Amino acid sequence: MKTPMRITQTRVLSQAFFFGLFLFFTFVTQFGYLKGYPVSLFLEVNPLVAIATAITTHTLYRGLLWSLVLLLPTLLLGRFFCNWICPYGTLHQLIGWLFNSRDIQRQIDSNRYRKIYALKYYFLIFFAVAALFGSLQIGLLDPICMLFRSFTVAVLPSVDLPTEWIYVRPHAHQLGWVVGFLLIFLVGMNLAIPRFFCRVVCPLGATLGLLSRFSIWRIERDTDKCVDCDLCLPRCEGASDPHTNLRKSECFVCFNCIDDCPHDALSFTTKAPVEHEVTYPDVDRRKAIFAGLTGLFFFLFSRRSGDLDKNFKKEVIRPPGSVAEPEFLERCIKCDQCIRVCPTNVLQPAMLESGIEGIWTPIMNMRMGYCELNCTLCGQVCPTGAIQKIGLPQKLGIGEFVDAGPVKTGTAFYDRGRCLPWAMDTPCVVCEEVCPTSPKAIYSREVEITNRWGEKVVLKRPYVDPELCIGCGICEHECPVKDHRAIRVTAVGETRSKERSLLLSIDAPSTDTKAPTT
Amino acid sequence: MERREFIKRAGRTGLAVASAALGAAYLYDPRSGAEYFRDQEQTSGIRLPSYRIDRGAGAVELAVARGQDPEQLVRAALGALGGIESFIQKGDVVLLKPNVAFDRPPALGATTHPDVLRAIALLCRQAGARKIVVADNPINQPEGCFFKSGIQKVAAEVDADLALPRPSAFESLQIDGEVLQTWPLFYKPFAEATKVIGVAPCKDHNLCSASMTMKNWYGLLGGRRNQFHQRIHGIVSDFPHMIKPTLVILDATRLLMRNGPTGGSLGDVAAGNTIIAGTDMVAIDTLGYTLLGRDPAKLEYLQRAEKRGLGTTRWKELNWREVQAG
Repeated sequence: MKTPMRITQTRVLSQAFFFGLFLFFTFVTQFGYLKGYPVSLFLEVNPLVAIATAITTHTLYRGLLWSLVLLLPTLLLGRFFCNWICPYGTLHQLIGWLFNSRDIQRQIDSNRYRKIYALKYYFLIFFAVAALFGSLQIGLLDPICMLFRSFTVAVLPSVDLPTEWIYVRPHAHQLGWVVGFLLIFLVGMNLAIPRFFCRVVCPLGATLGLLSRFSIWRIERDTDKCVDCDLCLPRCEGASDPHTNLRKSECFVCFNCIDDCPHDALSFTTKAPVEHEVTYPDVDRRKAIFAGLTGLFFFLFSRRSGDLDKNFKKEVIRPPGSVAEPEFLERCIKCDQCIRVCPTNVLQPAMLESGIEGIWTPIMNMRMGYCELNCTLCGQVCPTGAIQKIGLPQKLGIGEFVDAGPVKTGTAFYDRGRCLPWAMDTPCVVCEEVCPTSPKAIYSREVEITNRWGEKVVLKRPYVDPELCIGCGICEHECPVKDHRAIRVTAVGETRSKERSLLLSIDAPSTDTKAPTT
Repeated sequence: MERREFIKRAGRTGLAVASAALGAAYLYDPRSGAEYFRDQEQTSGIRLPSYRIDRGAGAVELAVARGQDPEQLVRAALGALGGIESFIQKGDVVLLKPNVAFDRPPALGATTHPDVLRAIALLCRQAGARKIVVADNPINQPEGCFFKSGIQKVAAEVDADLALPRPSAFESLQIDGEVLQTWPLFYKPFAEATKVIGVAPCKDHNLCSASMTMKNWYGLLGGRRNQFHQRIHGIVSDFPHMIKPTLVILDATRLLMRNGPTGGSLGDVAAGNTIIAGTDMVAIDTLGYTLLGRDPAKLEYLQRAEKRGLGTTRWKELNWREVQAG
């Protein structure tokens, strides 16, 4: 007779399915494959993203309503997400299993609960307090954001290098090596502590751990049957102490302990007595208050570093449709899906350009790419509305958006000391050629000059019309002065911010600005 | 026993010493700096064969078709040239080179019209072409260009391979032109091709005044193309020397009159209702330039190409036909 499938085997199938789904979504998040796939699903079901953005913005953005799909079953079953769905958790489990060199006794010891596993709750408190003041930092450690970011910035470009499977023109990302090594480090930590990230760091795990306090089902140990052999521990994923009183907030509901118990002492049940469990996470009140204060001071120190206002950097050129910088930092979860979907590679993960709060948020780097005129993909995939879903008419300022004008991401400026026709009497105007607006924002004036040998030369010298320039940066991208371009886009003049506007004619259009002078 | 052990150990050490010495001798590089850089420079590229075919004396060399419907225009123009069968034979692998440089819909006139490309591809199929490859190395992001220009859809419809300009698809081409000596060519689509047809829109260009069938070949080159602008007329007049296509077609169904080569507004586009086909790119572009309302005598790259014997600007001296279609 065929034995029915064990629940742990079902769990492995579930993990494989969701990991595969995650890989599929990361792959199709690009022009040509995107179609209508719900590529943000993992982020949208993520209660940490939903709760944290609800704290910063007081709203639940569009697809984040899906978080209830995960939140409700967690209230019933506990932290099952961590070992049934989470692709980052699956990766950690897989690597830990592949490279495991412990004997049974050391496996048992490595899966006992340790004080350090409470650290993730303090991280969560830090993030929650920073969020209260409007600084959304969960993306630094949220597992879905981290995994998507790692794939976008480091893994996929690496896969493409020998295979050319991912891009037509290769993508590169600044600081890809940092993101890549961080992934390797965290995955490698499984060799020291099994499920290190999930047990020690993960703020989503901490959120689900807090929610699991309400769960009705849990692992129960029958003390009459138990012989204290500790054989429930060698494969315990969460280090939740099933061999004694279960720590509910730490249990990943992986069912390995039930599978491994030689005496059938363990079961998943609703009828467990309360005195057999540790209901709450192991959080110390004073340490929690300290973590919260750290979050507060993180916010205060960063905001008085001037990066958002007095000392904002010209490199902080946000993708079209982005909300103003303070709101951007309330919404962006640094998942870098926009960077993944960007067809030209212009979107790059920031390091400190927009201050410490802006680490891994998207900025445009025109050396890497340019903003494609007829493209709004970044806003389509953004799960939190940091980049709003705008349509082409709005981006281009046509149709019902004529009066508002096009969305400007910045303004281009010439460096006449480096520009070939300006500085070196050499024909060029590639910038004018590729300028995508009509009429072109870049125009040239024909001049006849006498070169140093006394010859008459006719040259076209380019200029920027700042009213027409949208800051797309294709001029900078195509400029032949390759290292430090002779035309460069900076953030000034961007539509999303009054503080960084440039022309009065755009901010306060009046009918008489174009009138002929009498 | 001790002696045997010693011999074994000495043997192993000797082997290690010998392999280190041999390895070092094998890798030893005594070249001077001058020799090193000379070796680096010695790159000769591949050469493209001529894809022209000899159709004998008296063949029509240039055909102008006028009318509304792109497909009928293509059929009429090629009919006037003696039919597609005089260019494409059964079993040919045809490389079609449209201009898909920009991420634009067809109506904006910045790219080859998909209907024109489809008509040509279908004619090639009708003539028995075994395989059709559509290739371009756009300035904008390739996937977006092929998609929004409608060229990707046409390629799928006519079962053509769409060649994408991935890094490994490029090889150094020996050109030996006036300006270009060797340059990276989007070579992969040429690997199998037995016939090459250029299909170019008729456009205003900010620097060289117009982009037509000659300038279209810019789109098969790679590398630092943004340097071409420094000697643009020399470069464009190198193209008819660089490649000898089977046939070129000027898609003047729409004309991009201003704000070229990108366009961007319907107001920049005028109806052209014309297709010009033939084998002499200089002649076709001369005629095409007049469609833009400009004087070919003032277009430097045409004059240069003619002076180099790469074609004639006196297209009326060719054997030419004008036909009305639809």
